[in-house]
Amino acid sequence: MTNEALQGIISSWFPNPDADKVSEITENSDVEDGSEEQPEAQKSINPSLLEFIEEGSQFLNVLVQPEQFYALMSQLKTNEETCFDYLFCLSGVDWGEDLGVVYHLESTIHRHIIVVKVKTEDRENPNLDSVCDIWYTAEFHEREVFDFFGIKFNNHPNLKRLFLTEDWVGFPLRKDYVDEINMVIK
Amino acid sequence: MEQRTTIDKSFKSEPYQINMGPQHPATHGVLNLLLTIDGEIIQKVEPDLGYIHRSIEKMCERDSYQQIVHLTDRMDYLSSNINNEAVCLVVENALELEVPERVKVIRTIIGELTRISSHCLWWGIMGMDVGALTTFFYGFRDRELINDIFEETCGARLTMNYNVPGGLMLDIHPNFIKRVKKFIVHFKTKIPEYDKLLTENIIFQKRTKGIGILTKEDAISFGASGPVARASGYSCDVRKYHPYSALDKVTFNEALRTEGDTFARYKVRIQELWESLSIVEQLIDNIPEGEHRVKTNAVIKLPKGEYYQKVETARGELGVYVISTGTKSPYRLKFRSPGFSNLSLLSHIAKGGKIGDLVAIMATIDLVIPDIDR
Repeated sequence: MTNEALQGIISSWFPNPDADKVSEITENSDVEDGSEEQPEAQKSINPSLLEFIEEGSQFLNVLVQPEQFYALMSQLKTNEETCFDYLFCLSGVDWGEDLGVVYHLESTIHRHIIVVKVKTEDRENPNLDSVCDIWYTAEFHEREVFDFFGIKFNNHPNLKRLFLTEDWVGFPLRKDYVDEINMVIK
Repeated sequence: MEQRTTIDKSFKSEPYQINMGPQHPATHGVLNLLLTIDGEIIQKVEPDLGYIHRSIEKMCERDSYQQIVHLTDRMDYLSSNINNEAVCLVVENALELEVPERVKVIRTIIGELTRISSHCLWWGIMGMDVGALTTFFYGFRDRELINDIFEETCGARLTMNYNVPGGLMLDIHPNFIKRVKKFIVHFKTKIPEYDKLLTENIIFQKRTKGIGILTKEDAISFGASGPVARASGYSCDVRKYHPYSALDKVTFNEALRTEGDTFARYKVRIQELWESLSIVEQLIDNIPEGEHRVKTNAVIKLPKGEYYQKVETARGELGVYVISTGTKSPYRLKFRSPGFSNLSLLSHIAKGGKIGDLVAIMATIDLVIPDIDR
């Protein structure tokens, strides 16, 4: 499926996805499908729920707000047209001000790829939804992100440090992490 | 009757925990598994990682792209050439650098030889893990021949660093083609020997058939890749779906089986030995003439943006995700390692089995710990 077609399908799940439809904000209260799974999506009338970016990447990128994140992910997996059943890369990223996670998804049936990004501004107590129950592989990858970036995942069954010891202070892959003994700065 | 109940009470079974590793020979490195067992039945396997974590991803954020190539050798050291290739490809794609055909063909040949060498080592250790010590010597005997070829051309036997962004560090050694052809002839007589020695061994089959079954749905959900996933009928060969280097010029079959058990994973790897040999055979006589390298700037700066490259290592899908801000080092670099995802399904398939089964399952998942710990 082409990126345009994917973008069309994903937009249709969220009533007010794009900036060019701002005028319709107040009118949309009905969601097409999967309404029992995404109550947040139904409630929200924020025009910037999703943002599609194709520039600077070989894949279609979707930036989603943390509130809509879980609903979007479960739709991406369960919807027959998208069917993203293979989460092949889950990376934590420190964008300087924001902390976030990047999900690379592929469909083993349609063989299309999408990148979903979610960000949070809260560096003290970052909290995002876990996708462990959608893709089993997320359990380990989310623990890795928690270990190195300190992002807490809601509803994760076993969220604790994976590589580092329990008493480790700080989150090493954050850009503001300092360790004068072990880090060689050039 | 009264007495019987007291005896039952005093021998009440309850789950308890034991440590397997980090120095257990079957864990193939410093991996610690915390097993929750009831008698000898495994209830839960919890891997405890990080014994050799070097934080390669953090080191990449301060290094240049040429330096990063060297770090990748130290992840999955048995697929070091393929790891190098992944980073070189991501840099070349970002710079829109077209490498010569000669480089592509040599990279593919070396990559497939690496896969054969890795599978030889795995086969030797697989036998040893289930109690057949002879296979270890046979596997290492044949692997040694490939290492000699690498030594002559790349100058190293394990961490080759042969690929650089833009091509290859050196051209191939004049003996390379001759020696590879000799190896192909030799190895074709050896794989049937492997089958006779281990595959057809009834004790081996009883240890592996029906053990550690992974369904196709679970394989996809756990992000499994490589032979582990293909043994469950999940067609996921990166060489087929996202061909790189010269892999679009060769014909080969993706080794697939549907049983999903330990024996199927074993058979897939044996099949891959044949396929890799066939790829090398198709290319070895057709190495185009030309340069072995295109000049790149001494300081490589990738344009601002995000790049992703996946390659098929001996263990599965290795992904390199680079976020560049236009400087000489990546802003963030993530290695999606095949071993890490494959390890996460261990607890799922080992549950309900015995400790002996766990050893056989781990052997066919083919874990390389530096790949998991990065």
